[in-house]
Amino acid sequence: MKKGRFGQYGGQYIPETLMNAVQEVEKAYDYYKNDAQFNMELEDLYKNYAGRPSRLYYANKMTADLGGAKIYLKREDLNHTGSHKINNVLGQVLLAKKMGKTRVIAETGAGQHGVATATAAALMGLTCEVFMGKEDTDRQALNVFRMELLGAKVHPVTSGTMTLKDAVNETMREWTKRVDDTLYVLGSVMGPHPFPTIVRDFQKIISKEIKEQILEAEGRLPDAIIACVGGGSNAMGAFYEFIEDPSVRLIGCEAAGLGINTPKNAATIANGSEGIFHGMKSIFCQDEYGQIAPVYSISAGLDYPGIGPEHAMLYETGRASYVPVTDEEAVKAFEYLSRTEGIIPAIESAHAIAYATKLAPTLKKDAIIVINVSGRGDKDVAAIARYRGVNIYE
Amino acid sequence: MSRIQTAFQKGKAFIAFVTGGDPDLETTEQLIYAMEEAGADLIEIGIPFSDPIAEGAVIQEANERALSSGCTTDTLFDLIAKVRQKVKVPLVFLTYINPIYTYGKDRFMSKCKESGIDGIIIPDLPYEEKDELEPDCLRYGIDLITLIAPTSNERIKMIAKDAKGFIYCVSSLGVTGVRSEINTDVDSMISLVREVTTTPCAVGFGISTPDQAAKFAKASDGAIVGSAIVKIIAQHGKDSLSYVSDYVKAMKEAVRNA
Repeated sequence: MKKGRFGQYGGQYIPETLMNAVQEVEKAYDYYKNDAQFNMELEDLYKNYAGRPSRLYYANKMTADLGGAKIYLKREDLNHTGSHKINNVLGQVLLAKKMGKTRVIAETGAGQHGVATATAAALMGLTCEVFMGKEDTDRQALNVFRMELLGAKVHPVTSGTMTLKDAVNETMREWTKRVDDTLYVLGSVMGPHPFPTIVRDFQKIISKEIKEQILEAEGRLPDAIIACVGGGSNAMGAFYEFIEDPSVRLIGCEAAGLGINTPKNAATIANGSEGIFHGMKSIFCQDEYGQIAPVYSISAGLDYPGIGPEHAMLYETGRASYVPVTDEEAVKAFEYLSRTEGIIPAIESAHAIAYATKLAPTLKKDAIIVINVSGRGDKDVAAIARYRGVNIYE
Repeated sequence: MSRIQTAFQKGKAFIAFVTGGDPDLETTEQLIYAMEEAGADLIEIGIPFSDPIAEGAVIQEANERALSSGCTTDTLFDLIAKVRQKVKVPLVFLTYINPIYTYGKDRFMSKCKESGIDGIIIPDLPYEEKDELEPDCLRYGIDLITLIAPTSNERIKMIAKDAKGFIYCVSSLGVTGVRSEINTDVDSMISLVREVTTTPCAVGFGISTPDQAAKFAKASDGAIVGSAIVKIIAQHGKDSLSYVSDYVKAMKEAVRNA
């Protein structure tokens, strides 16, 4: 495979101004990923700061209620800062520090990646600036305040659709202004090479743990892993160690918003086509002229018109499948998991739970499903209330 | 000799940029005539894109205006075919890789050839990815114009060696847009280019005043101005012809004497 490619996908489609910076990251990562000291520090951060390993919880009541496959929840929501995002960010910010950078910048949709980046920057003593679509700063106001508490500067992005893709645009623009002292800490398995690989490598701990934990609990591999997909970092992390295990179905759940046949969705695999954007060749929601579509989802974190290049390859080769889940289905699953298991999931993760509730009853009782609960739902409670017509103060 | 090479034969070049379809195609057409008349030696036309990550706010907003006026790659090709009948200066497209890739690379380049486009600039197609498009460009005789940036350092020679048409020398870090001061050592960038190629080199990003244009044209083979022109169009819309024309005249004058 050509460097930085997943099949035909991936690449480095970025302005010349950034090429040296990206190659510098690549060189540094190639060195540090095999550096014992780096890996020891990261492991220590995972264990003593983030709270890893995260639990693999057997969802007894959900299993009984659905009357099919056994359901396990991978509890990434229990991580420090409340989502899987911390795994990648601790790695990237540590890398930034080793590279001698003094400043990190990041984009964020729901705010989880921004909060994680602000957290790691505070911990490791780096300056942090976060770009967030204006619309998202409104619907995730609490996370904006969290980032500010952590010492980060939040820039509301008012260009374009004022959501995640525009936040990515602005962060790239900012990086072209200041490359010497700054690292762009990308939030998902996307962007130019080497970011899709770096982020996947820092997230693959999820599937590594799932494998160990399920073998201990059940003595065999699961039949399916289900995870939500925006850019796709939690899904890539949950899938990675199972790619070579063909008996394990890998299922990504993408945001169908009001439905894939309406203009209001972010279902890239269902509605997208091949393109080149944000530094990578992949699959994007776009029109016949290559104009990137203004996508929509109730979850700010899945509200992205593309998917990481490794997912595009997994889709093309048939190794993974991707299914659309609507806002309504996700909200129902959000409420369902809260009531059934006493776990309030992120609205993003609720997309994966929604599909699991459909799949589980169709499988035999000895089948095993693992759902990656990528984050906790505290940030979404007010939004769910609004969706149900209740106005509460955040 | 290609039209682009010819443009640099008569002395220092002034290169003007407009976003196609901003505020509408009719105005773009008239602006191209007016800019040639006023002395522009090469005209860059932006194919509007929803997410122009190398552009500052001025050109991004122009892209948005153009797209909402209904400008598409096809309507722009039709316009170029029409304009080419009257205009002698080289016409170059500036756009992002996705509109080309999605349109179909071969189809896009064949339409460029047919309608009379001489070259193409793609800010998000760096040297490492030029294979994506170079074979198609060569097949149709369209120059794939490369950019060098202040951060390019040792990459400059590698990039310049393969350059076609002209080299777009980015004057400063960041995105397009008017800057009051540009501190990059453009002289040393250009001298690295000169070591490996005779391909002309023009400087852009941030230039808005005749003094700046003269300074950078002196160091290179020409100056490129985009945001400053687009700003005039944003201000005067359909009535911007005479303002743009006066501006281009003044800039060409400054560059000519550089």
